[in-house]
Amino acid sequence: MIAYSNPMMPHLCRINSRKKETHDTFTITLDVNDEEMSPVFRPGQFNMLYLYGVGEVPISISGHPQKTGKMVHTIRSCGTVTRGLARLKSGMPVGVRGPFGSSWPVTHAYGRDLLIVAGGIGLAPLRPAIYQALAHRKHFGKLILLYGARSPEDVLFYKELQTWQKRSDMTVYLTVDHAISDWDHHVGVVTNLIPRVNFDADDTVAMVCGPEIMMRYAIMALRNQEVPENHIYLSMERNMKCAIGLCGHCQLGPKFVCKDGPVFPYHRIAPYFNKREI
Amino acid sequence: MVLLDRNTLNQMFEALAESGFTVIGPTVRDNAIVLDRVNSINDLPVGWTDDQERGAYRLKQETAGAFFNFTNGPHSWKRFLYPPQLTLFNARRRNGDIELIPEKPTDEKFALIGVRPCDLAAIGIHDRIFLKDHHVDTDYRERRKNLFIVAVNCLNPGNTCFCTSMGTGPTAGTGYDLVLTELFDEDQHHFLAGTGSVAGTKMLEKLSAPPASPALLHHCDEMLKEAATKMGRNIRTDELADMLRESFDDPYWQEASAACLSCGNCTMVCPTCFCATVEDVTDLTGETATRVRRWDSCFNGEFSYIHGGILRQSTLSRYRQWVTHKLSSWEEQFGSSGCVGCGRCITWCPVGIDITEVAGKFWEKKYPSRKKAATKRQQPREVLIPVN
Repeated sequence: MIAYSNPMMPHLCRINSRKKETHDTFTITLDVNDEEMSPVFRPGQFNMLYLYGVGEVPISISGHPQKTGKMVHTIRSCGTVTRGLARLKSGMPVGVRGPFGSSWPVTHAYGRDLLIVAGGIGLAPLRPAIYQALAHRKHFGKLILLYGARSPEDVLFYKELQTWQKRSDMTVYLTVDHAISDWDHHVGVVTNLIPRVNFDADDTVAMVCGPEIMMRYAIMALRNQEVPENHIYLSMERNMKCAIGLCGHCQLGPKFVCKDGPVFPYHRIAPYFNKREI
Repeated sequence: MVLLDRNTLNQMFEALAESGFTVIGPTVRDNAIVLDRVNSINDLPVGWTDDQERGAYRLKQETAGAFFNFTNGPHSWKRFLYPPQLTLFNARRRNGDIELIPEKPTDEKFALIGVRPCDLAAIGIHDRIFLKDHHVDTDYRERRKNLFIVAVNCLNPGNTCFCTSMGTGPTAGTGYDLVLTELFDEDQHHFLAGTGSVAGTKMLEKLSAPPASPALLHHCDEMLKEAATKMGRNIRTDELADMLRESFDDPYWQEASAACLSCGNCTMVCPTCFCATVEDVTDLTGETATRVRRWDSCFNGEFSYIHGGILRQSTLSRYRQWVTHKLSSWEEQFGSSGCVGCGRCITWCPVGIDITEVAGKFWEKKYPSRKKAATKRQQPREVLIPVN
């Protein structure tokens, strides 16, 4: 990655298109034309999106890593900035800094089974890794996606999930905490699916993203299946103001989630994971 | 090493101002020694010293008329290199379009007079953080580039000082342009001056001062050696980072933080604390917006806010975060301790929490039979409240 002249200065990118995903999530595609900004990213990285006069938020990139010049962000409206971003229309500008952070080690899974476990909006930062894995499908053993959401109406990228489910070279299990009558997938927490799928535990790379409580149970389930700790990767979330390791907000023990993460091999953060108020 | 007298020292102020420097140094204001613009030696805290203890700070007068016979006040030099408030950029909105206007970096050149060895080490720590990582703080880089530093060695450490423990003082190491030691010799008021850079050497040449005698140099060395034994506080740093790394669930944090008000004073006075937040401000019409960086503190609730709530709810968790960051995680992050032993956090804590005591407790707990540290506390000096 190139270190730009002033890393705290956003670049303006226009909204190329926007799409409502669920009742509280939406996707915006930004055109990257600024020469000083990198048009490429690695799966799992994030950008800082600046809403004029309101603030800046770290948002993971959810698009295809091989489509350059576009930054796709899938966002849940839950704060002042994200609600404001939800109201922006196509053609309007957004300030962007990035891409920042570490990435999903998709190539680490070459020659192995790849197990992806996502919860809720956690599917968004994993989607670029899925795209990349599908683009290099022959390099992997099994490719498994386990995805859980609160309810059927919270399921993100449902059409895409159905397309993936139809593929013969990919296993996709969907589950929701609370189902309604026409839901014909699983019911229950996503981590319960881990013991039900068939993969070669010794030779599997697992990528996990979702609420911390879900990641905690996912790790327990993966370790029960004897997936090695250094084959488990997770994406962490913390308050961030600068994204370049200078504001101090995102510290997780000695780690800066913005520059050492957001994607960590589990064994590196195990001592700090699941500690209340760390 | 050369010997400056009061007049030649004053000439240095003039020479720096002539070269376009904004000269910053210690000066007395609001019953404290603060850092601000100084025009001549008369603006220095001439004849002032201080008494410091946990949660206590008092100025008092001393008779010799010394310029630097005090220990650090509440300010540190970070307020000039890493200002408490900084505009990052301005933005303008017109017809639904946005323009981002970068803020020009300051072209102000600072000369810092009277930087203590502990604070010099703190500047070195900030250099590591802001200049030697993947991303650089461009504003800090500009401010740092033009800096002229006059360090002053400490002959009279205070009650809350522990630079010897942290290996940062009382003699300045490197990183200065000039270093002074204030000496009184047979009623003569001298400043032994050494150079640490080309700019420093040029300055000394300009001042045309006589060389110091070997006897005086020896005397100065002896005094600095003695000063190293006069620290009011001490901590053992060996194994400390490891102990704190494993301390997360230690019940002692309850006791250590029981009195803490989560006020953030310690982080504001700390010369190495660098956490910052950003704020967005718009005018009433919404046509212009400004993004401002402000010092933040890990003791603030919003500091750890993510959707769903504040991560560090309890005061205990915030105090533990601060101490473990400073004395432990910092080493993994930046290769040194985050503490330079200046003692400000002890003096300016309104409830008198003492980081050396807290660190010492972890030592005692692990090795009950060993000494935590030999603390040679000075006799409390008479406290005089200055009359302004």
